[in-house]
Amino acid sequence: MMTTVHGDDVLAQAAAWRDQGRQVALATVVATWGSSPRPVGSQLAVDDDGNMMGSVSGGCIEGAVVHESGSVMEDGTPKLLEYGVTDEMAWEVGLACGGTVKVFVERVE
Amino acid sequence: MKRDILDSLQRARAAQRPVALVTNLESGRQALLDGETVTGELTLGGPVLAQARQAILDDRSATLPGTDLFVQAFNPPLRMIVVGAVHIAQSLVPMAALAGYDVTVVDPRKAWATDARFPEVRMSTEWPDAALTTLAPDHRTAVIVLTHDPKLDDPALEVTLKSPVFYIGALGSTRTHAKRLARLREAGLDEAALARIHGPIGLAIGAKSPSEIAISILAQMTQALHGAPPLVKAQVA
Repeated sequence: MMTTVHGDDVLAQAAAWRDQGRQVALATVVATWGSSPRPVGSQLAVDDDGNMMGSVSGGCIEGAVVHESGSVMEDGTPKLLEYGVTDEMAWEVGLACGGTVKVFVERVE
Repeated sequence: MKRDILDSLQRARAAQRPVALVTNLESGRQALLDGETVTGELTLGGPVLAQARQAILDDRSATLPGTDLFVQAFNPPLRMIVVGAVHIAQSLVPMAALAGYDVTVVDPRKAWATDARFPEVRMSTEWPDAALTTLAPDHRTAVIVLTHDPKLDDPALEVTLKSPVFYIGALGSTRTHAKRLARLREAGLDEAALARIHGPIGLAIGAKSPSEIAISILAQMTQALHGAPPLVKAQVA
């Protein structure tokens, strides 16, 4: 089935990338605590070139999720990631706004 | 996600059918609930099915308490019906489309309801009461009346007030709105029904241009949708 992408339809983009023979991972916010920028159900599609569509935060954790997506695309084993409040360590990936999110990352077969 | 699940999900969304995707966050196995049909690698027991159906009704995705199961609800887009193909509608319609609304514009005046003024927008040139009866607005629909013209606005409001829409707004000054309420009261509508109409329409942000008024309308619709309290100014110590 060929897919056309309208607007910001993340799932359509994931399907279209697969149709082009690319590896694709799909990340979904499955739980949040405190103030988190994107609600449960928000999705981000990532391809094997690191192209992104959609979001799982306000830009705080997308880079880390894209990084984690690599192994999910390779071996197909899903991951459940958790990101929390950034502590003093400036290099830590976290939510600057102070919430916690759980993100499920799966390969699109 | 298996490709057949993704394709089924996209087909259901294209057909505007509400569906729920259930994912086991440990194994990654999934099932798609579409009406009475469940497809996929995950077996769903009665209680999980009931919770998945409720998630669709509440339009709310969540991990089920005490389980590894995540239920994601996919509902058709929220709808917006605009009565009056006027200047404000020309700003409001593309803004609402960007915010994810499926928009229909109703105006029997053919000079207003033209493709040139509203390119690629679904239009109805039926009389507003007939158009609204056909469109059957539900609890995921907002109705905005913008004509100022009682013979168009009033029939639209009378039909809309019998429906469970989450937002009704009517353009017009305080004085115009008071006269409108008097006419609708005369037509037999009770105070509880009349209180559902946001009039004068929009949040008080000092909007003047058609685009600014469209922003104030969209902001008020969003507030009504999420049941948020009116914004208050931050207290400065």
